[in-house]
Amino acid sequence: MYEKNGEKYFVVDGHMHYWNAAPDNWVPGAEQYARGWIECFHAYQGLGPPETHWSIEHFQKYSEDDLMKDVFEDGHVDVAIFQPTYLLEWYKEGFNTTERNALMGERHPGKFVYNTRWDPRDGDEGLKTLRRNVERYGSKGCKLYTAEWNNGSRGWKLTDVGAYRYLEACQELGITNIHVHKGPTIWPLDKDAFDVSDVDHAATDFPGLNFIVEHVGLPRIEDFCFMATQEPNVYAGLAVVTGGLMHARPRFCAKVMGELLFWVGEDKMLFGSDYAIWEPKWQVEGFVDWEMPDSEEFSDYPRLSTAGKKKILGLNAARLYGIEVPAEYQLQGQPVG
Amino acid sequence: MSATGTVPTEHAILVALEAVRDPELDEPITSLGFVASCTVSPDGDAQVWLRLPTYFCAPNFAFLMVADAYDAVAALPGVRTAQVVLADHFASAAINGGVAARAGFARSFDGEAVGELHDLRRDFLRKAVLAGTDQVCRPLAAAGTGPAGLAALTLGQVPPSRALDRLRQRRAELGLPAGDQAPLVIDPVTGAAVGPGELPLHLRKARITAISVQANGSICRGMLRHRYATAGLNESDQCEEEPG
Repeated sequence: MYEKNGEKYFVVDGHMHYWNAAPDNWVPGAEQYARGWIECFHAYQGLGPPETHWSIEHFQKYSEDDLMKDVFEDGHVDVAIFQPTYLLEWYKEGFNTTERNALMGERHPGKFVYNTRWDPRDGDEGLKTLRRNVERYGSKGCKLYTAEWNNGSRGWKLTDVGAYRYLEACQELGITNIHVHKGPTIWPLDKDAFDVSDVDHAATDFPGLNFIVEHVGLPRIEDFCFMATQEPNVYAGLAVVTGGLMHARPRFCAKVMGELLFWVGEDKMLFGSDYAIWEPKWQVEGFVDWEMPDSEEFSDYPRLSTAGKKKILGLNAARLYGIEVPAEYQLQGQPVG
Repeated sequence: MSATGTVPTEHAILVALEAVRDPELDEPITSLGFVASCTVSPDGDAQVWLRLPTYFCAPNFAFLMVADAYDAVAALPGVRTAQVVLADHFASAAINGGVAARAGFARSFDGEAVGELHDLRRDFLRKAVLAGTDQVCRPLAAAGTGPAGLAALTLGQVPPSRALDRLRQRRAELGLPAGDQAPLVIDPVTGAAVGPGELPLHLRKARITAISVQANGSICRGMLRHRYATAGLNESDQCEEEPG
């Protein structure tokens, strides 16, 4: 929770990680990919304030204590949602799996939501694992990384036949929140891997599921926004917007925020720190302080009120995940939950 | 043997590389800082090293940049051989080998791609036209030209600017009308004029497209700076704001 000027904010970190990307976890023969991946993440951290930069060694592998301090003690977060990313071809135990997250999270009851993941190329075995994860960890959401490499394949789309089987299974199992993260590769490689039209189709075909497009579809923010205006069940995951732009490029951050408020709206935007890429503390504090600049260039963007900030920082995610919000943090006259 | 006897200078090669753009960011690879080095031997053997902001930048766009750079350098009079090398990328070997062998994308990524990258390039040129439309129209709108006025304008009636030149060039590349008599605001797919009724939404789309491209560019620049300690050859930040 965070309090500023008498206003109380309930903070749900909608996108964070507990990874091990140190050399002890690199798959022999795939070291260059494991190293390339974590170095790429580390470069993203470079877009945050200098005093929040970590050494690459610390960034590769941080401890449970580090996470608890950075996210909850210092970072103002009330509940954090683990978004697993497996990358088993590069990391022996996976980059951050549902199991690894839960093993740690179970020592801190009430603090975490355990999302799981699936990959349509895993076929029937993957469906069994999905069921088991939902039973074991109570997952209500899953994170899909479409650029994951799997047995010679460089990626997949939500419209693949195999993917629809999994989306049907999600409906049946009570998974309601599908977080989609696009990456640089899909099959076939000659298409735009960041294209979000497959999410558009899936959102139309599965109206009972919520599709949270992570990183607001970056680098295809415009395509994402056009889609989100048309699909009532499509949401914007803000990870990267605050972390990658608020400090490094404040004016672009304001423009992107303005566009999101216009096209998507404050009821469908979810804060995410993307920890450990960026620590939540400066992002939460900066977001609460943030205001649309006054100049003419920004004049026709919607303004973001304190109530809007409360929704984005936590109340919207609490609604999607059924997280209980104490009365003092709810909007006046508008119970959420 | 060199084609003309006169070997181009490194400067001349860099000038040629300025015509090579990152298709997603619609900016020269030089100003983006992607040209790490450039040499040419007395016999006209040119070698260019490229670099990108991350190890995992999309391989299709990376391929286009390497192939375009190869074409730009190889076409220079006096160049006997051209070699373009993309460094530090997961697909460096496939891209560098494929471009050197003039193999095309599908053959360079055998089994992983079904076609060449013409459609991809075209789609991103359309985005560049939309973004360019924003750059040209926003000052006009700020000066008081309303939707009906903008819809009635032709390219020839717009005051000259770099943004206008760039918009006309992108439209011409797509085979869209780009002459003085052509309407200023057109659909980048069909080339049809956008009427006053559709114009406000069209310009909204144009603006977010421009912002998206610029935001991506700023993130790419930030990551490149983190990855490499030195600036690229002829790197320049054309971005409108300084890091805060």
